[in-house]
Amino acid sequence: MSADGVDLKRRRTLTLATSAFGAVGAGFVAVPFLASWNPSERAKAAGAPVEADISKLEPGQLLRVKWRGKPVWVVSRTEKNQQELARDDAELADANSEMVQQPSYCQNPTRSIKAKYLVAVGICTHLGCSPTYMPKRTIDGLPENWKGGFFCPCHGSRFDLAGRVFAGLPAPTNLVIPKHQYLSDTTLLIGEDGGAS
Amino acid sequence: MSENKGFMAWIDARYPATQVWNEHLADYYAPKNFNFWYFFGSLAMLMLVNQILTGVWLAMSYKPDATLAFGSVEYIMRDVEWGWLIRYMHSTGASFFFIVIYLHMFRGLLYGSYRKPRELLWVIGVVLYVLMMATAFMGYLLPWGQMSYWGAQVIVNLFSTVPFVGEELGIFIRGDFVISDATLNRFFALHFLLPFLLCAVVFIHIVALHKVGSNNPDGIEIKKGPKGNKWSDTAPADGIPFHPYYSVKDIAGIIGFLILFSAALFFAPEMGGFFIEHPNFEPANPLKTPEHIAPVWYFTPFYAILRAVPSIAGSAFPGVVAMGAAIVVMFFLPWLDKSPVKSIRYKGPIYKIALAVFVVCFVILGYLGVQPATPGKTLLAQICSVIYFAFFLLMPWYSKIDKTKPVPERVTQ
Repeated sequence: MSADGVDLKRRRTLTLATSAFGAVGAGFVAVPFLASWNPSERAKAAGAPVEADISKLEPGQLLRVKWRGKPVWVVSRTEKNQQELARDDAELADANSEMVQQPSYCQNPTRSIKAKYLVAVGICTHLGCSPTYMPKRTIDGLPENWKGGFFCPCHGSRFDLAGRVFAGLPAPTNLVIPKHQYLSDTTLLIGEDGGAS
Repeated sequence: MSENKGFMAWIDARYPATQVWNEHLADYYAPKNFNFWYFFGSLAMLMLVNQILTGVWLAMSYKPDATLAFGSVEYIMRDVEWGWLIRYMHSTGASFFFIVIYLHMFRGLLYGSYRKPRELLWVIGVVLYVLMMATAFMGYLLPWGQMSYWGAQVIVNLFSTVPFVGEELGIFIRGDFVISDATLNRFFALHFLLPFLLCAVVFIHIVALHKVGSNNPDGIEIKKGPKGNKWSDTAPADGIPFHPYYSVKDIAGIIGFLILFSAALFFAPEMGGFFIEHPNFEPANPLKTPEHIAPVWYFTPFYAILRAVPSIAGSAFPGVVAMGAAIVVMFFLPWLDKSPVKSIRYKGPIYKIALAVFVVCFVILGYLGVQPATPGKTLLAQICSVIYFAFFLLMPWYSKIDKTKPVPERVTQ
């Protein structure tokens, strides 16, 4: 092939334009491959609300309900538990629940609709372990004045019985309170609040 | 080398078989003063082959399905002929692969194998290390035990702490709102894919090595030294042909290594919960985290660094950044060392102490990573994390002021 009469500038422009179009095409081809990693329609549909029967929950007990594949806790707080929630504000990172980790109707001192029942997503806000319910000080990792709450075995975060995180620990925020409503005195609907929030 | 005749001549006219053999083995001159630290490169390749071979065989009986995975692993262990051996060769092999790689990397630190002109060789090696960690992490989910599940939950949530896009990124990686069947299925596919990438990068690692030539315990460039040895007038005087000298030496190393590997494989395949953690003998339960969770031992130093950093301004991201930085900082090692000499043999007391303290801290971090968090242990982890980073980040200064010894002209025995 002769190089006579070759317009190098034109050739370079055409090469660049072709490469650019090729790169854009490769970008389009990548879309289905990447998008196939998103949750499938079936996974999205599995997020329906669930009902919980709390009629047999004794004071001090915890009930685990599965919602969207995550554990949701329902804890029946005793009278003593409820009084003690008001006491240790200074130790908490966000005592007044100012970070939006709960529906608006749960931004109150007990972080709940009814003072007796705590409903919370049982997933640590640090890295997603499920903390252990510790109604009493039964392990050494807990402080001397432990008044009941949750202890995350993975990284040592602690939460009180309203799911509020203690200050200076790995977990940055309070536990998430899911949308929920009481269908009756003993039936709870988790994941749906009829538009109350 | 003489011209081949007959069959090999026919091949060589069409494919550079003899040429490649000579350039990379029979006429490839490596320094003559290698010691046992130089076993670990070839041992790492042996372990890669072991992992791929046993892994493909396991895939013939394993089911990547959340309802079947745990059972299929037990099926391999109990019902498949020799399944227990193939599975243990894979799971114990993973730990031995990391033991070998850590020693291989430590060799680099000892003799300055990352220094000019081997910077890129070191960088490619760190890429291999990161790929290995990704492969190992995805593989650990596959038995679908309690530790598989919750370990993956924690590691994937590391990505969820990235500001702004984290939540979506976590969902993208899992393919669901929690670790689920979709996650298991894709991790299986990726765990199968990554080893082929590893093989490709190992090839690049060796191409880079053969371009610059091996370092040696004296840290002397044999290519810059006198020429001429009993095989060639132009080869370095301090070099010997890789084959047969080092191929035979490496086989001796492999025999010694396989004795230790077999001892673990047959007598302590779970290594008391270090190679396969006890909660992993329970099927995954998304509603209950085990009492104490910890990653497998080869990740624990980085895990301890993660836990050592408290959350700042309502975000767990700083800890994740620190953990990532602990790995990223390794990439920069070739440019941090300003010492005029490469090998520890001629480095001064400061570097020797720094390296010793670094290794002790790395081991302590590894120990702390498997322990439950208590305030005292967190403080110790914080101290060790600072020393870990100080070893790298202060190196430009302490390596400069260190009193080095004169380096000889020729390699020593």
